[in-house]
Amino acid sequence: MTTRVVIVGAGFHGCSAAVHLSSQGHQVTVIDKAYAGRHASGVNAGGVRRLGRHPAEIPLATAAWQRWQRMTDLVGDDCGFRPVGQIKVAENDADMQLLADRETQIRSLGFDHEYLIDREELRRRIPSVASHCPGGLACDGDGYANPYRTVTAWRRRAQQHGAIFHEGIEVTNLDSHKGGWEVTASGQRFQADIVVNCAGAWAGTLCERLGEPVPLTAEAPMLMITERLSPFLQPVVGATSRPLSFKQFENGTVLIGGGVRGAVDFQRDLAETRLDGLAENANTVVSLFPFMAQARIVRTWAGVEAVMPDQIPVLSRSHTHDNVIHVFGFSAHGYQLGAITGEIVADLVNQAEPSLPITPFSITRFQDA
Amino acid sequence: MITHDLVILGSGPAGMAAAMTAAQHGLSPIVIDEQPAPGGQVYRAIETTPVNDRRVLGQDYWSGETLAKGLHHQNIDYQPNTSVWQLTRQRDIGLLHHEAASMIRARRVILATGAMERPFPIPGWTLPGVMTAGSAQILLKSSGVVPNAPAVMAGSGPLLFLLAAQYLRAGVPIAALLDTTPRGRYRKALPYLPAAVRNIPTLTKGLGLLQELRRAGVRHIKYVSALRAEGDNQLERIRWQTDGQDTWESLETSTLLLHQGVVPNTQITRALHCEHDWNEQQLAWHPRLDEWLMTDVEGIAVAGDGGGIVGAQAAAIQGQLAGLGAAIALGKVKSDEGNRQAAQLRQKLARETSIRPFLDVMYQPALQWRLPSDDTLVCRCEEVTAGEIRRIARMGCRGPNQTKSFSRCGMGPCQGRMCGLTVSELLADANQQSVEATGYYRLRPPFKPITLGQLARAAEDNQ
Repeated sequence: MTTRVVIVGAGFHGCSAAVHLSSQGHQVTVIDKAYAGRHASGVNAGGVRRLGRHPAEIPLATAAWQRWQRMTDLVGDDCGFRPVGQIKVAENDADMQLLADRETQIRSLGFDHEYLIDREELRRRIPSVASHCPGGLACDGDGYANPYRTVTAWRRRAQQHGAIFHEGIEVTNLDSHKGGWEVTASGQRFQADIVVNCAGAWAGTLCERLGEPVPLTAEAPMLMITERLSPFLQPVVGATSRPLSFKQFENGTVLIGGGVRGAVDFQRDLAETRLDGLAENANTVVSLFPFMAQARIVRTWAGVEAVMPDQIPVLSRSHTHDNVIHVFGFSAHGYQLGAITGEIVADLVNQAEPSLPITPFSITRFQDA
Repeated sequence: MITHDLVILGSGPAGMAAAMTAAQHGLSPIVIDEQPAPGGQVYRAIETTPVNDRRVLGQDYWSGETLAKGLHHQNIDYQPNTSVWQLTRQRDIGLLHHEAASMIRARRVILATGAMERPFPIPGWTLPGVMTAGSAQILLKSSGVVPNAPAVMAGSGPLLFLLAAQYLRAGVPIAALLDTTPRGRYRKALPYLPAAVRNIPTLTKGLGLLQELRRAGVRHIKYVSALRAEGDNQLERIRWQTDGQDTWESLETSTLLLHQGVVPNTQITRALHCEHDWNEQQLAWHPRLDEWLMTDVEGIAVAGDGGGIVGAQAAAIQGQLAGLGAAIALGKVKSDEGNRQAAQLRQKLARETSIRPFLDVMYQPALQWRLPSDDTLVCRCEEVTAGEIRRIARMGCRGPNQTKSFSRCGMGPCQGRMCGLTVSELLADANQQSVEATGYYRLRPPFKPITLGQLARAAEDNQ
C-alpha cells in the first residue's frame, strides 16, 4: 500500500528516511526551512564512530557501520568514508582505568569492537602523540566521512526514487485531516498519511504542536580546521576525559572538534563560536600533540544540534498520534546513525516490528516522569 | 576579560578621525592597527615612509599628516602590529600581538577596516610578476620599492592612474597603460557630472592625473576588452584585445600591475552576520547602516570605505560621525548637542560624496572582467576555475556556501577575499538569478590565521 509521507527536515536522517520510504514505493515529500544539510548534518565533524557509544545505541551503531561499508551500493557514492580507525587516548592512569572499565562493559554486553591498547601500540599507531599518554581504546573500522557530501548523495538517491524536496519553506501549521495530516509550509499545503519529524534542533516545536513537549535543547558544538599539514595522522583521535575529536584529512587539513560548545542564535538560525571554548579546545590539542602549536587555524564554525538530557535520541512513534514518527535529538553524535535510521522509520511506517531495539529511544520516556 | 568603552579597528582616515573625535569628547578609545604605523592604506607609513620627495606621493597623501598627529592624543591608546582574529556579536574581540593572543571586550566598536581591491581574475593572474596596483603602492609607500624594469599597468579606476603618476614622478618607466574602461563610459557617466561638480577639488585632481600621464607620453591603450598574462613559471608577456576585436596584440614584460577599483572589505561585518545589501552601482556588498553608521548588531558601527566606497576625505568625516555617536551613546555628549554636530557632519559628507555616482559609473568594471573565461582561476587558494564554478552551478549549486561543499572554493587561507565577489556573480549569472538572491559566503573566524599555540595560551591567560 502506498502511503503519503511528509518528512520535516532534510538533514541526513530526513534524507535517509526519504531513501528507504521512496524506494519502497511510498509517496515522499521532504520539507526543509533552509536547504538539505544546512545545519548539523552538513557541518558536523564527520565522525563515523561506534567507539564510546551509549549502550542503548551500540546495536544501531553496529548496524549503521555495516551500511557504511557498502555506502556506494546504497547511494552511488562512498560519501568520503575512510575506515581509518578511531582511538580514544588516555592522558593519565585515571583515564586508562576509565578505558579499561569501558572495555569490560563492552565485553559484558556481548561486543568486542572496542579494545585497549598499551603505550607502545598507541605510539605505533599515532607516532606524534605526546609521550606522557599511557595508552588508549581503539575501534578498528571506524573512521570519518564527508557530511555535506553524504547528505547530498542520500538526497539524490531519494530523488531518483521519486521523493520530492521542497527547500526554503518552513512548516507553519499541522492540521488533522481525514485521518491524516495537512501540513502547511510557507503558504503551500501538503497532504500526508504520516508525518516524520526529522527537524533536528527545531523538532521541539513540532512536538509542542502535537501536545507532547520534550526537554530538547539546541547546542552548538564548535569545530576548527587548520591549514594543510604534511600527513602525520591516520586514525581519528579522541580524548578520554576532555572533549576532543581530532582527525587529518587526505588533503592535509586537520579538523578539531569534540563538543566544546558555542552559542546558538535562534532568531537568526545560526551558531556562533565562543573564544574561550575554542582556546580550551586548542589547549587540549597542544597538550596531546605538542607540535600542533605551530599549526595555523584557518576557519572555525559551529553547527546547531538537538541535544536530549540523557544524550540519546528520540526515535519512536509519537505518543499522542499514531501517524507521526519522531527522529531527532541525536545529541551531537547522530551522523554515523543516519545510515540506519531510515530503515527503522520505514519499518514503523510499514507497521512492521523494527529489526533493531528502539525502546530506549521512545518519546514516552519524557512523559512518564 | 577587560571591558573598554570604545575600541576602533583600523587606523586609516576613518579610524584616526573616529579616535580623535572620541578623545576630544572625553573617551579613551583603543585603536587596534594591524600595520606597524598609522595611516591605513591611503596614508600608509605617513610617519615613517622613506619616500622623502613630497612630490612623488603627492599632496593628497601628505594631507593625512594632520590625522596621524591627532592619534598621538594622550587619551588614545594606539596599538600597532595587532591583528583582530575574532569579533563576536557580543563585542568580544580576539587580538594577536607579537605571537600573543588576548581577548578584550568593548561597549562600542567602530569598524574602520576600509576597502580592498576588487579581484581582477584574468588567465595567468597567479603568475609571479603579476600583482595588484594596490600592493605595488604599498611597497612604494612603506619601503620605497619600485619595479626595476618597465611595468605594464592594466585596469581602470582612479588608484591605477594615481600609481602611474607616482611611478612617473619617482622616475619609474611605464611600458604601457592598458585601460579597460569600456567605450562610451564617459557618456554614461555624464548625467552624474553636475552633482559631482559640488566636489570640484577631487574632480580637478583626477583630471590633473590624466593630463600628467598624457604629458609624460605614457603609452595609453584604450578600450582593452580581453587580457591574458603568460609565461612559464613567471610572467613573460601579456596579450590583449581592444574594443572586442579578434586580433591579439602582445608585449614582453616581467611586471603587470592589475587594478579595477576597490570594494568594501566586509569580512568582519559578514562574520558578524550583519545585514548586507548588494549595491548595483558599486557592484559590491554594503553592510546596512543607519544614519549613525550603526550596523544592525548592537554597539557596532562601520566608518569609512568598509561601509561603501566613499574615499579618504569622506571616510574621515564618517569617522568623526561614528566617534560622535559613540560619545553620545556612552554619555559623554548630550544628544541634542550631538545631533546638531552630526547634522553639520552629514552636510559635509553629502558634499564630499557627491562625486561618487560619477566615478562609480565611469569606472564600473565591464562584465567580462567580473565573469571570467572558463580557464581562469577564480579561487587561488584551492585552485578552482570559473569553468568549474559554472559546472557545479549546472549540477544544482545555487549559492556560494554550497560551492564550498562542492569544490572547496573559498575555503583556503584567504577565506574568500580573493574570490568571493567573482563567485557570487558567476553563480548569479549561471543560475539566472540576482546577486542579492545568490548571496555571499558565510564568513568564519579567525579573520586572520592564528596558531593553535597562540590560541591555547590565550586560554591560560584568561584563567
